[in-house]
Amino acid sequence: MNPSAAKTWDEFMEGVWRQNPVFVMVLGMCPTLAVTVSGINALSMGAATTFVLVCSCALVSLMRSFTPKEVRIAVYIVIIATFVTVVDYAIQAISLALYDALGAFIQLIVVNCIILGRAEAHASKHGPLPAMINAAGMGIGFAIGLLALGVVREILGAGTLFGISLFGAGFQPWVIMVLPPGGFFVLGAWLLFFSWIERRKLRRQSAKQSGKPVEATQNA
Amino acid sequence: MNTDNNPPGPLSTKGGDDGSAAGAASGLVAGPALGRPGGGADSRVIPIAVAQPEVTPPASPTAAMIRTLGLVSSICGLIIVGAYEGTYDAVAANKRIATERAVFKVIPAAKSIAEYVALPAGGIEPKVGAGDTPVAPGAVKFFAAYDAGGKLAGIAAEGGAKGYADTVRIMFGYSPECQCVIGIGVVSMRETPGIGDKILTDRDFLANFNALDAKLKGDLSMLANEVKAVKHGTKTNPWQIDAIAGATITSRAVGKSINDAAQALLPRLVPNLEKLRSKS
Amino acid sequence: MHESAFQIFVNALLANNFVLAMFLGLCPFLGVSGKLDTAFPMGVATTFVMLVASLCAYGLNLLLSAFHLEFLRLISYIVIIASSVQLVEMVLKKYSPALFRALGIYLPLITTNCAVLGVALFQTAREYDFVQSVTFSVGGGAGFTLALVLMASVRERLQLSNVPDLAQGTALSLMLAGILSLSFMGFAGLGG
Repeated sequence: MNPSAAKTWDEFMEGVWRQNPVFVMVLGMCPTLAVTVSGINALSMGAATTFVLVCSCALVSLMRSFTPKEVRIAVYIVIIATFVTVVDYAIQAISLALYDALGAFIQLIVVNCIILGRAEAHASKHGPLPAMINAAGMGIGFAIGLLALGVVREILGAGTLFGISLFGAGFQPWVIMVLPPGGFFVLGAWLLFFSWIERRKLRRQSAKQSGKPVEATQNA
Repeated sequence: MNTDNNPPGPLSTKGGDDGSAAGAASGLVAGPALGRPGGGADSRVIPIAVAQPEVTPPASPTAAMIRTLGLVSSICGLIIVGAYEGTYDAVAANKRIATERAVFKVIPAAKSIAEYVALPAGGIEPKVGAGDTPVAPGAVKFFAAYDAGGKLAGIAAEGGAKGYADTVRIMFGYSPECQCVIGIGVVSMRETPGIGDKILTDRDFLANFNALDAKLKGDLSMLANEVKAVKHGTKTNPWQIDAIAGATITSRAVGKSINDAAQALLPRLVPNLEKLRSKS
Repeated sequence: MHESAFQIFVNALLANNFVLAMFLGLCPFLGVSGKLDTAFPMGVATTFVMLVASLCAYGLNLLLSAFHLEFLRLISYIVIIASSVQLVEMVLKKYSPALFRALGIYLPLITTNCAVLGVALFQTAREYDFVQSVTFSVGGGAGFTLALVLMASVRERLQLSNVPDLAQGTALSLMLAGILSLSFMGFAGLGG
C-alpha cells in the first residue's frame, strides 16, 4: 500500500478499533445503553450518529480557517445541532416506528461527547477529506460497539436477532437484559472481555520475552 | 486506584493525547476527562496547558467573531429549513397513515375518518389544518369514523397516562349507540417487554374493551362512573377494567388514559352527536 | 398529562431515576463518581443547571410554538444550555472560587451532559406545564445527585477491597451501576 493510502486507512481504523468510542474511550454512553435493546435500533442509532459525525466534521473542517478561537465551541455546537435536526426529520420521514423506538435519543446525539470531541481534536485541524474519513471511522467504531451490545441484549432478552426468532416459542427470555440494568451489565461484560484479551496478549508477549532475552524492544 | 480499563488497542493510552491537548485549550473536550474513573484525567489535562509557549495569538477582532457566527447561523439555518421542508410531506403522510391505521383498528367498520375538535366552551367543529397543527388550549381532538355508506361508525380519540416507564398512549373507539368503548389500540408505549407489553396481546385484558361502559351522567357533565383498572379477578361492573396480573401499573395507565380522555371529550361530544351522523 | 407535581418529583427522583433508569448523564456518572467530595457538588451544580435549562426551555418552547418555528427547537435548547453553563461558571467564579476550582473541568462539561438536554426534551415531549416542568427538573437533578452520591460512596469503599485486576476500572463501575439500577427498579409504582 502506498504511504498516503496506508495513512488514510490508518486514520479510518483508528476510530474503529484503537480508539473505539464505546469500548476504549467509553464515550457517548447515554445512547449506547439506552437504545441497544435490539440489533436494529443499535444499527440505526449507529448510522444516525455516523451521519451527524461525518457531516459535522466536514462542515467544521471547511470553516476552520474562519472560525476564531473564542467562538469555536459555539460554532461546533450549532453545526452539530443542525445535522442532528436533519437526521431527526429524516428518520421521521423514513419510519415512524423506528423514530418512536429511538425516542429522545436521536436529539440527544447532539450532546454525544464523541462528536464534539472529534470536531475539536481532529476536524478543526485537518482538511475536509481526512476529517470525514476519521469521522467515518469513529462513527463505524461507535456503530460496531452499539451493535455488539444490541445483539447480545436482543438475543438474551428477547430471543430474536434483528426480529427473527432464534429459539422458538419455548424460550424464556432473560427480560432484565432489555431493561436498564441489563445495559450496564452487558457493557461491563464486554469491557471485562476485552480486558481479558488484552491481558492474555500481554502475558503471551512477556512469556515470549522471558524466553528470548535478546528480543528487540517491545512495542508500546 | 486509577487503573485504566485495559482497552483492546495498544495505542489507547497514548491515543488520548490528541484529545487532551485540545482539551486543555478549550476545557471542553470530553474525551480523556470523562472516560477514566477518578482524578487521573486532570493530571493529563493541566500540564499540557502549562507547557505551551507564551506566544499567544492576538485576540480575534469582534467583527471576525460576529461574521463567523453570522455565517454559521445562515448556513445552518438554510440546512435545517431545507431538511424540514424536504421531509414535511413524507412525515405528514407517515403520521396520517399511522393514525388511520389506529382508528381502523379500534373501529372495525370504519372506512374513512374526519378529524374534529371539541371546543372548551362546548360544541364541535372540524379540525382546521392536517396532522399536527396545534389546537386551541383546552380543545380536544377526536376522529369521526364513517363506514362504507357514509354513516357514523364510531368515534376514536387518543388518551395518555404515565405507565411504568413512560407515557402510555391509547387510541380507543367509542360507540354512541351503546355509549361504550368498543376497542383499544396502543399508539405508543415503553413498558417492560414480557410484562407491561402484555396489554398488546393478552386476550382477557383486551376483552375488557369490547363493551366498556362510558355512559355520561344524566346532566351530561361527566362520566357516570370512573373508568378504572381494578385488581385482576375483581371486576364487577362494566366500567371497570380487569388488570393483568403482574402488570398492574401498565393496566392502570391504560384505564387512566381512557378515563381522562373520555372525561374531557364525551361531555362536549355527546350533545352534538347529531352533527356527525353522516359524513359532511 | 394530569400527573401531580409530587408524583412527578418522586418519579424523577426514584422510579425513573435519570441515571439508573433513563440513562441520562452517564458520562459524568462514570467519570466523576470516584470521590464523594467531588460527586456531591457536581450533582448540585448539575441540578441547578437543569433547573435553569428547564425554565429556559419552557419559555423558548412557548415562543417557538407561537411562531411555528418548532424545527429550531433543538438548536435553541442547546445554545441556551451552553449559555446557562457559561453563566453558572461566571457566577461561581465570582461568588465561590473554591467551589469553582474544585469542580474544575467538570463544570463546562455539564453542557454535554445528556441529563440537562434530556430534561428540556422530555418536558417538551410530555407537554408539562410550568409547575410540572420545575418539579421534573428539580426531581431529576436530585435523582442524578442521589445516584452520583451512592456510586461515589460505594466506589470509595471498593478501593479498600479485593477486586480482581481484570475488573478494575470502568467495567467495575458499570457492574456497580447495574446493581444500583436493579435495586432502583424496586421503586416502580411509587408516587402513583
